[in-house]
Amino acid sequence: MEGGAALSLKTELEVKYGVLCIRLEGELDHHTADELREKVNRVMDEQMVQHILLNLGNLTFMDSSGLGVILGRYKRISGLGGEMVVCSISPAVRRLFELSGMFKILRLETDEDYALHTLGVA
Amino acid sequence: MRNKMSLTFSAVSENESFARVTVAAFVAQLDPTLDELTEIKTVISEAVTNCIIHGYGNSGVGDVTIKAVLEDGNVTVSVHDDGVGINDVEKAKQPLYTTKPELERSGMGFTIMENFMDHVTVETEEGKGTTIIMTKEIAQNRAVCK
Ligand SMILES: Nc1ncnc2c1ncn2[C@@H]1O[C@H](COP(=O)(O)OP(=O)(O)OP(=O)(O)O)[C@@H](O)[C@H]1O
Ligand SMILES: [Mg+2]
Repeated sequence: MEGGAALSLKTELEVKYGVLCIRLEGELDHHTADELREKVNRVMDEQMVQHILLNLGNLTFMDSSGLGVILGRYKRISGLGGEMVVCSISPAVRRLFELSGMFKILRLETDEDYALHTLGVA
Repeated sequence: MRNKMSLTFSAVSENESFARVTVAAFVAQLDPTLDELTEIKTVISEAVTNCIIHGYGNSGVGDVTIKAVLEDGNVTVSVHDDGVGINDVEKAKQPLYTTKPELERSGMGFTIMENFMDHVTVETEEGKGTTIIMTKEIAQNRAVCK
């Protein structure tokens, strides 16, 4: 079943030149993290994905459950030799990332086009 | 003025967003900044998620109770479960420490609560449950009072 109206997180997944673009809108918490994890894993099982680009421009809320699911996908893509790049984050999300040391493993870029460019694909 | 509220709900993940939005709406009376509201929502989400995942082991059985008190520009909020309890609180509070790595937990919940609130106290007994008590002074209000 695709996420119904009751879900407060909208997920858009697109594979562009081998880069899995994950665009999130709404709230990423424990309740919505499970479905996001499954959706991303499914795409990575079925398609060739080299890198992950996470666009958080429309994310209005995130907590440690979001950190966990992002870290989990990071481990998977880095295990394949790929990179994870994040773009368009809010000050609140930036603070969570700083607290948890996420910037040691993932690169921050201002927007999606530039991030794709730095991955050498667009 | 002193004002209080309490809220009890089933320990299911559907209620996480309800809990943080409700507490934020109550604290809004103190005229917090948007940043402060985000901090309150985040720590409520952390504490409630811990009750659901750790306290009750994701069983969906059990209640979570939140109590909040507003007084003199301060908010005190407690989040309680009747779950398994924590056997070593100091260890549990360490950044990146988690007993559930298989669930992709990052072990950052307590660190976030301690960073976003002024004080965090943990009362817990193994087999009985856990109460997290957090306080925060709301800046806007502080300026008005002076
Ligand atoms: N209400 C609770 N009942 C029982 N154990 C708890 C409770 N809250 C926290 N703990 C214990 O404390 C540990 C640390 O909690 P913390 O919130 O910091 O990390 P986490 O929940 O494991 O991961 P994250 O919050 O990043 O998803 C947990 O792994 C768990 O063992
Ligand atoms: Mg936690």
